[in-house]
Amino acid sequence: MIRVRGDAFLRADGRKGIRNTLAVIYLVECGHHVAREIQLPFRESGVHLLGFGGCYPNEYSFQMLSALATHPNVGGVLLVSLGCEGFNRAGLLEAVRRSGRPAELLVIQECGGTRATIAEGRTRVERMLRSLEAVPRATLALHELVVGTICGGSDGTSGITANPAIGLAFDRLVTAGATCIFEETGELIGCERILASRAATPAVGFQLVSSVEKAARYYATLGHGSFAPGNADGGLTTQEEKSMGAFSKSGSAPIAGLLKPGDVPQSGGLYLLDVVPDGEVRFGFPNVNDTAEIVELIACGSHVTLFSTGRGSVVGSAISPVIKVCANPETFRNLAGDMDIDAGRILEGRGTLPEVGDEIVALVEQVAAGMPTVSEALGHQEFVLGYKSFEPVGPACHPASA
Amino acid sequence: MDAILLSPLDNVAVVVRRLAAGSRAELEEGEVTLDRDLGLGHKIARRAIANGEKIIKYGVAIGSATCAIAPGQHVHLHNMQSDYLPTYTLETERIFRKAAIS
Repeated sequence: MIRVRGDAFLRADGRKGIRNTLAVIYLVECGHHVAREIQLPFRESGVHLLGFGGCYPNEYSFQMLSALATHPNVGGVLLVSLGCEGFNRAGLLEAVRRSGRPAELLVIQECGGTRATIAEGRTRVERMLRSLEAVPRATLALHELVVGTICGGSDGTSGITANPAIGLAFDRLVTAGATCIFEETGELIGCERILASRAATPAVGFQLVSSVEKAARYYATLGHGSFAPGNADGGLTTQEEKSMGAFSKSGSAPIAGLLKPGDVPQSGGLYLLDVVPDGEVRFGFPNVNDTAEIVELIACGSHVTLFSTGRGSVVGSAISPVIKVCANPETFRNLAGDMDIDAGRILEGRGTLPEVGDEIVALVEQVAAGMPTVSEALGHQEFVLGYKSFEPVGPACHPASA
Repeated sequence: MDAILLSPLDNVAVVVRRLAAGSRAELEEGEVTLDRDLGLGHKIARRAIANGEKIIKYGVAIGSATCAIAPGQHVHLHNMQSDYLPTYTLETERIFRKAAIS
């Protein structure tokens, strides 16, 4: 067992966090301002703002907020409702309380409006922050960590430096027993055969290929792949070229199963997160931006997210820290203040892929032990959540706890 | 080294430092003259590539040439295209038409 820290945050449901965050969650855009004002004075004190903007109820967004509000890095929750929106606030409050976390609800229409709700919210946050200080501590081992990965702002260097280095880090983490999650089935278009050959079982292989075929249909209908103008400026020409580079983030371990957003794997290993909705195309693009993908990785339990970037994304995230692995040495020099790891140095003869892979694993351990990432220290707490619809995956794709 | 080869099967190499048009780039197969300014991560042809031939990178096809490409030429949107999304557009239309009829 590789010990990462002795003082991880032990939740009543047995899960262990590497951060002790209080989440202020608005349940419709109409409550966003009030929730933000409640959070603002505590921004530096581990209070994060998340929420859902829509007024119509949606099973996906409910499951997502339930998973996020009971994430191991979250110690308590304050829900902010306007009062007339469609979101099932009682259900979410109950789900969080069932997990043993303190949870409170403020309804603006019942609290006397903006000023009164902000004042009451800040009082509650102060009280909950004191209770968070008393959360029990426990030893966290490397095999208990859940690590997600995403690439954003990819260019022609991503697939030859940062992505394969993350793949090597994933191989090491999976060997240590940790849970690793890669995603964006739309960025596996063109890799189906290789993907299937990596599946732990034929049933999983079938599900993996089906999920990529679904992504291809979805994107074709929308008229856009997962390909932004900056990708082409950076030397990438086609979706399948971008896919091959993106796929290398997954390393070489067998793929143990397929997840849908909010599914938390019950045993270690490598998983693919299917981010593309099921059924007919509705609600628009599967993921409107990188943050939507990061939020889904976190909903699957990711304690920390490895973010590979060539063009130079600066985002971080609410709830779980983001480690920025920069693929392009020019971008690293230009945005040094936003990057954690200089993977592009491989191209300049200042390092090797295995060295960068080792550096990523070491940084994951340090961040899990409490060290802030660059984006975390800068105060990045991006969050976005929209509408989707999913069918649950079958039991074949969820290997039981070992 | 100005460009790297990701797989011995590849007919393109990836440029690893900024190179100006007209400059001579050194590849494993010898020197080539560049037809354009190239940024990091862009692809150049390792050898002559025929119109319609697959572009191979990472040892797999990442699309097809849309015209003849000379050794050392920049390989990008102007002379290659995806094999994939157009295929899937037709496939999707077929699926949706079938769904619309039934």
